[in-house]
Amino acid sequence: MATQGHMHGRIGESIKRKEDGRFLRGRGNYLDDVELPGMLHMAILRSPHAHALVKSVDTAAASAMPGVIAVVTGELMAQHKLAWMPTLSYDTQAVLATDKVRFQGQEVAAVVAETKYQAEDARNAIVVDYDVLPAVTSPQQAKEAGAPLIRDDKENQKDNHIYHWEAGDQETTKAAFAKADKVVRLHTFYPRCHPAPLETCGCIADVNGATGKATIYMTSQAPHAIRTVFALVTGLPEQNIRVISPDIGGGFGNKVPVYPGYVVATAASLLIGRPVKWVEDRTENLISTGYARDFHMTGDLALDKNGKMLALRVHLDSDNGAFFADAQPSKFKAGLFHIVTGSYDIPTAHITADGYYTNKAPGGVAYRCSFRVTEASYLIERLVTNAAIELGMDQAELRMKNFILPEQFPYHSATGWEYDSGDYPKAMNVALDKLGYDDLRKDVAARRKKGEITGIGVASFTEVVGAGHGAEFDILGLRMFDSAELRVHPTGKAMLRMGTKSQGQGHETTFAQIVTEELGIPAADVAVEEGDTDTAPYGLGTYASRSTPVAGAATAMVARKLRDKARKIASHLLEAAEEDLEWENGKFYVKGSPDRAKTIQEIAFAAYTNIPEGMEAGLEGVHYYDPPNMTYPFGTYAVVVDVDKGTGQVKVRRMVAVDDCGVRINPMIVEGQIHGGLTEGFGIAFMELITFDADGNCIGSNFMDYLLPTAWETPHFELGETVTPSPHHPLGAKGVGESATVGSPAAYVNAVIDALSPYGVTNIDMPVTSDKVWSALRGAGVNE
Amino acid sequence: MKVSLKVNGFERTGDVEPRVLLVDFLRTNLRLTGTHIGCDTSSCGACTVLIEGEPVKSCTVLAVQAAGRSITTVEGLAQGANLSPVQVGFHEEHGLQCGFCTPGMMLVGTSLLERNPNPTEDEIRWAISGNICRCTGYMNIVKAIMHAAKLREAAKAEAPGREAATAATGGE
Amino acid sequence: MFPAAFDYRAPTRLDEALSILKQHGDDAKVMAGGQSLIPLLKLRFAHPELVVDIGRLPALNAIKRDDGHVSIGALTRHVDIEHSRELASSAPMMIEAVRWIADPLVRNRGTLVGSVCHADPAGDWGSVMLAFGADIVARSQAGERVLQADGFFQGPFTTALRPDEVVTEIRIPVRKGHSGGAYLKLERKVGDFATVGVAVQLELDGGKVASAGIGLTAVGPHNLKATEAERFLHGKEPTDQVIVEAARLAAAASEPKDDVRGSAAYKKDVVRVFVQRGLRTAIGRAREVRS
Repeated sequence: MATQGHMHGRIGESIKRKEDGRFLRGRGNYLDDVELPGMLHMAILRSPHAHALVKSVDTAAASAMPGVIAVVTGELMAQHKLAWMPTLSYDTQAVLATDKVRFQGQEVAAVVAETKYQAEDARNAIVVDYDVLPAVTSPQQAKEAGAPLIRDDKENQKDNHIYHWEAGDQETTKAAFAKADKVVRLHTFYPRCHPAPLETCGCIADVNGATGKATIYMTSQAPHAIRTVFALVTGLPEQNIRVISPDIGGGFGNKVPVYPGYVVATAASLLIGRPVKWVEDRTENLISTGYARDFHMTGDLALDKNGKMLALRVHLDSDNGAFFADAQPSKFKAGLFHIVTGSYDIPTAHITADGYYTNKAPGGVAYRCSFRVTEASYLIERLVTNAAIELGMDQAELRMKNFILPEQFPYHSATGWEYDSGDYPKAMNVALDKLGYDDLRKDVAARRKKGEITGIGVASFTEVVGAGHGAEFDILGLRMFDSAELRVHPTGKAMLRMGTKSQGQGHETTFAQIVTEELGIPAADVAVEEGDTDTAPYGLGTYASRSTPVAGAATAMVARKLRDKARKIASHLLEAAEEDLEWENGKFYVKGSPDRAKTIQEIAFAAYTNIPEGMEAGLEGVHYYDPPNMTYPFGTYAVVVDVDKGTGQVKVRRMVAVDDCGVRINPMIVEGQIHGGLTEGFGIAFMELITFDADGNCIGSNFMDYLLPTAWETPHFELGETVTPSPHHPLGAKGVGESATVGSPAAYVNAVIDALSPYGVTNIDMPVTSDKVWSALRGAGVNE
Repeated sequence: MKVSLKVNGFERTGDVEPRVLLVDFLRTNLRLTGTHIGCDTSSCGACTVLIEGEPVKSCTVLAVQAAGRSITTVEGLAQGANLSPVQVGFHEEHGLQCGFCTPGMMLVGTSLLERNPNPTEDEIRWAISGNICRCTGYMNIVKAIMHAAKLREAAKAEAPGREAATAATGGE
Repeated sequence: MFPAAFDYRAPTRLDEALSILKQHGDDAKVMAGGQSLIPLLKLRFAHPELVVDIGRLPALNAIKRDDGHVSIGALTRHVDIEHSRELASSAPMMIEAVRWIADPLVRNRGTLVGSVCHADPAGDWGSVMLAFGADIVARSQAGERVLQADGFFQGPFTTALRPDEVVTEIRIPVRKGHSGGAYLKLERKVGDFATVGVAVQLELDGGKVASAGIGLTAVGPHNLKATEAERFLHGKEPTDQVIVEAARLAAAASEPKDDVRGSAAYKKDVVRVFVQRGLRTAIGRAREVRS
């Protein structure tokens, strides 16, 4: 679809997406579109109770229903040692319940039938006898003496505490607080929300008894890691497992974990000898798959009287649900939360974190969080705005006063990060400029005089992405490198395969552009494939904004390897020494004689037809990239809101977002990512919520209750950019997929707090719904 | 029950239980998988198709209700190799990322432009307010539909008095 | 997320439909657009033995002006109301209200009459019917009954209809003279049910309120008529004080519950705010009408 131009599609060009064709025609190949001969359909029966003993599971009626091939219970799975499986956080998780159910929605049994309608009918005929137990629905409850023990299946588990984790320096922080002129405290809850990609999770497990091969189509953001986990869990030999992630309709971290449905479908296929498809419905997706956040945080910021930040202290309680299944680098129990000093030059900090089991679905690390950076960024940006309000300072000014300055990079933070590059004041200035900040503040003052309720919120986030250097970053021990395999064919076209897996981020275009830049082959001539573990080189997948920093780097490196070989071939073809050759615009030419040149296409042909003596034929290579450091995208977001005095409804009047993700490979795609993240941030700030009643019933288990913004509510976004390349990345690129979801919730909420601050309101927890705003206003005596 | 309907200009028949949803009839019986399922409470619009040119949620229509009607799915937008103006607009303006909501969005856009050839941003946002997108934040979807509007205008200007050849609602 | 099995009939004549309902009424559900029924079937909250699809009945989708009222047929969709020139001139509050119903896709299938018969306490149309004082025409093999909106809604999803009856039309009275209305709705997003909805329809005569109808959405076991507020307004000049008091009375008459959308106190206060705003708007519109 892209025009065939010479080197068309270099870095920095907003070429149209190569992958669009099939999606525009309705010919995408999503999981539920795949049909295999003889395929059966599976439906999962889930617990209606948050905490209960399972006394009996009666499958007789279900087994007799039309079209039913098998009914799978926990007991049957236990016979094959598959009733439990490991999580990505070294815990165990029930596949199908045997002793107890530990969250509403937990998998209890499964029906396999000829059609999905029959599977659902039969599922409803399974009779389970439960003895209901009291439910634990918060960390506060979980740690109470005498609280019900949720994980009585674990031998050494005496209570509901999972982990304790610390970062920073307790002593120096304590000393700094002792000397502070001002301490600002914020206790805030970042509620449970859900990535809710439009396509739900599912798989087709095809364990072929005749060939011994298990092919599993799966909505997976990390197919290779899943293949390895499956091999370890099921005992199927890894060379005979093929995981295929087809087109994925959105991931946002929801499609990283291994879900019980995948394991049950695989076991069912193994036992029955036919492919088994399982696609969850929306309720199952919201009630049981990887949710996000659920952090109770208390932050203290110490400042001197001039507003200079001296220290930061944070404690958080994490609600992890019934199984510790965070999908994050294994050395970090609270993800990368300790990036919490953010964009500010804070000399000392101390973070403590405790995780708890509750009777809720497992998960926590998801929804574009960069491994808990969303939580950290939210806390510090809310704290800073509150500090500004308390000090009577402008919130942009307080930030400027404390920003890490460009000359301080690489910057060693108080919690051990080495920020690669940044220019925070510049991004802030671009944002304030775009906003017309000074005039806007005057306008806000004028409107307030007329009795209007209006405010401005600012947030200046620093992200940490690109996991990561193998010695520090691994998932279940698998180091977080990533890979790119590049093959250039005789006719000068290329195929690029990587260990990542796009769920809409445009990899088929962006990564082709890297090859165009480095090797001169036009992007239209580079086919990009991901997701089939039989063909793609091993990688850790796409999440936490890591694809460009890691696999993108691998792509640049492999292209350079091939360029080195191409130089040798060119030298042979041009009968000139390698050092006498220049590379430009996709060809090697002899210095001083530009018409003595060979294009990369000619060189590719020669690699198969006229290779120098002693050199291996072909022009192919692979690179596994171990990033030396993380990358640190950043930005400043600003939001203007108006509040309806009568109803408490909040309207976003303006949303300005200035992002710096280093070098932008395809600016159009980068902006699309930012639009999406700003919208998710908007939803999180104002309407998205999964909550539970006292019995552990999940409220927010369908799209009538779990609210997603439509085009009507979603504001118009004004984007700006600055470019501060990463010094260690081969292309200077940093990754951007999650920046907007990380940085924007605080901007939205800060705007509301700013609007209500004249009335003494200092906090409203998300989602900032109209009734909460109304409560705050009425509490301050404001009425219509 | 036997059911017979026109889909993208072609007569299609099937034998289904009354309870079968139109979206399942399209996807399973007719193997037209471009129409997607995203929720179970008629909230997301991923299943949008056109019935007699008007966008509806095919997960909230029984196949038997659609008997005798004329349905357009995303597969009916292109005319052979030629993409419709709306499809071109989505491509040119990066109006899709994962593509899952896209068929529904494009069908709504197509129907909107038939009724209102020059919509404002607000009118577009209102028209697609029954369709959820998680990836794009809607900005480029709005641009895509506006781009399509311009293409249709240009096509009409090139061929005055003749039906714009590129305006495709699929079938008769 | 698929319905349980059911039998299905799609009669092509009204008498056929009435006969089916006479036979199976208790085990049957009537379906027009299906935008309320099908979601319930899919979640298996409703499991009728028989679904009677009246979508093939002729001549039920008209909007007709007739002798002091506008008749809206049972198969008139929300979108048909949205585009109706007749209603835009004779009952414009309905045009304002219809834009708050669900979302554009649902409005292309769902019907006004279906919505009213479904009687969700959070349904918008019920309040509009109460504010207008609409008549609901129900047919059965036994004949025709004309039911008043006031008294039609008896509880959540419960109306005065008998199982053997089907509503064929709703009649909206058209007032001559200075009439005006307003519909206000607080929804968390497009497509959500109302947190609070308020329908106001009134008539002025000689500068005073000749009649007032106020319907309340989502703040009771069914759509509520704010009778006390209506009586208070009757015969009075609509001063600011009067409006404020009427709003207070309407709020006092509402019976909201605490839930995820907000506390009962919140919803009551929004009723008050919306009735105030609604009355001001309706009065302004009524005054603008040229006699």
